Amino acid sequence: MHPRRWTEFAIESLIRVLGLSSIGFVLLIFLFLLKEGLPAFLQVPPENLLGTRWYPTFDLFGTLPLILGSLLVTATAISIALPLGVATAVFVREVAPGWAREVLKPMIEVLAGIPSVVLGFFGMTVLAPLVRETLDAPTGLTAFTGGLVLAYMALPTIISVAEDALDAVPKSYRDAGLAMGATQWQTIWRVVVPAARSGILTAVMLGMGRAIGETMAVMMVTGNAARMPTTIDSLFRPVRTMTATIAAEMGEVARGSTHYHVLFGIGIILFVITFVLNLVAAGAIFKKRRRGGLR
Amino acid sequence: MRPKIRVDHLSFYYGDKQALFDISMEIRERQITALIGPSGCGKSTFLRCLNRMNDTIPGTRLEGRVLLDGQDVYAPGTDVVDLRRRVGMVFQRPNPFPQSIFDNVAFGPRVLGLCRGRDELEEVVERSLRDVRLWDEVKDNLKQDALSLSLGQQQRLCIARVIAVQPEVILMDEPCSALDPIVTLGIEELMKRLREQYTIVIVTHNMQQAARVSDWTGFFWLGRLVEMGPTGDVFTRPQQKLTEDYITGRAG
Ligand SMILES: Nc1ncnc2c1ncn2[C@@H]1O[C@H](COP(=O)(O)OP(=O)(O)OP(=O)(O)O)[C@@H](O)[C@H]1O
Ligand SMILES: [Mg+2]
Repeated sequence: MHPRRWTEFAIESLIRVLGLSSIGFVLLIFLFLLKEGLPAFLQVPPENLLGTRWYPTFDLFGTLPLILGSLLVTATAISIALPLGVATAVFVREVAPGWAREVLKPMIEVLAGIPSVVLGFFGMTVLAPLVRETLDAPTGLTAFTGGLVLAYMALPTIISVAEDALDAVPKSYRDAGLAMGATQWQTIWRVVVPAARSGILTAVMLGMGRAIGETMAVMMVTGNAARMPTTIDSLFRPVRTMTATIAAEMGEVARGSTHYHVLFGIGIILFVITFVLNLVAAGAIFKKRRRGGLR
Repeated sequence: MRPKIRVDHLSFYYGDKQALFDISMEIRERQITALIGPSGCGKSTFLRCLNRMNDTIPGTRLEGRVLLDGQDVYAPGTDVVDLRRRVGMVFQRPNPFPQSIFDNVAFGPRVLGLCRGRDELEEVVERSLRDVRLWDEVKDNLKQDALSLSLGQQQRLCIARVIAVQPEVILMDEPCSALDPIVTLGIEELMKRLREQYTIVIVTHNMQQAARVSDWTGFFWLGRLVEMGPTGDVFTRPQQKLTEDYITGRAG
């Protein structure tokens, strides 16, 4: 064969091997998760697993408080980050003068790079005392504090992706709105934001994905009490998330024990939840695109 | 007859670059005025001066006056939003919002608060769609995404959207350049009908179109208005050598 053909062949093979192996690794991790986690669902009866009490030392593996804990913290984070993020994106893209935009955009992207442990530390030393004092609560390490920190972590992603989505809305839509006699705000809220809907949804899903899988910061600020967040004031009480549970307990369980398998089982549940969220988001975006609306 | 719009010594600048030079013209009520001229001569810029759409471009500057019914639209304190309701605009590429057909036409009445109640809104939407002869084609799919319409239908929808707020003047910037000849003829028919109610200013590259639909024709060249007069005169007995050369295809 010609030498040129050889190098072509070598490069192509290399790329193929690299590509396949990264898919392979993901698959292996997934299989490992299943192998270690599935026994939990066999060894522990469902009424125990779906119970409301998490005391592994007494063989009580109720995951409900952990799942609800994760959902509560994530929902809090999103309900703070979504309006704030979209409003900021609108401000940066639609209102701020050109130079401010040039400064703000990279600054927001830098925020995304702050390590979560730093944010956790900040949450512990600044936010938690603040929450405790303002609410006059016994502790500042609450679901709400966790939500605040997570909202902060999700914000840069949401702002930056939503801003891109707004930016992709053609100028012709804005012109049409303004030429109809709509004010700038009416044009933004009734034309531009709806036109960017799918991009904004993606932004929120990405932010949410980051929030629900986040561990370190959450562990540091939520107080980690595995109580059912079913009372009205649960938002301002300590809570424990799935991620924090795995991270905190994995180090001290005996390999192969029931507790060990249950921790992996929680990993599977977390995986399924994230997967479904992504699916819903992708479905919404796909539907939109098929209607020919994604521009 | 008093003109609907009178432009007095209008000059326009994009930053340091002057795009329009001392333009004066009168636009008659319930007539179609066509603006022709080579690419880049300032036709769109001029059109956008009439409803202050150039305000949205930073760094632009304007001298002179634009009088709508005798009122300077650039006078301090002018309500730009109201001006744009009175002077509607149809763009070169059909630009319906990525929303339903109904919502597109209802947009103007809604933001301007023109209708009381759903019934009145539905009436306005139907009337506007009938005016542009689109009603029969879409009346069963008003909830459908406007972007799923053909380009010709989209452009008629955009015209319906403008009509829905009952403007007095309709500005059209090459409204047919993205459309095929048959659809173009349809839009021209539409313009002739709309002329009974509205004052229309149309920018076009298509000389035949200008000759076919318009009552008045203005010829632009390098940011200046070279000649303006009744369409028949401009096309058959142009006063200026430049106009004649352009119309006969020797310049441009
Ligand atoms: N947003 C802008 N910023 C700077 N210069 C501009 C802008 N828009 C137009 N111009 C300039 O102003 C001049 C007139 O442009 P305009 O778009 O009005 O021409 P036109 O006659 O409509 O051309 P066409 O027939 O190609 O649409 C051109 O030289 C153009 O480069
Ligand atoms: Mg133009």
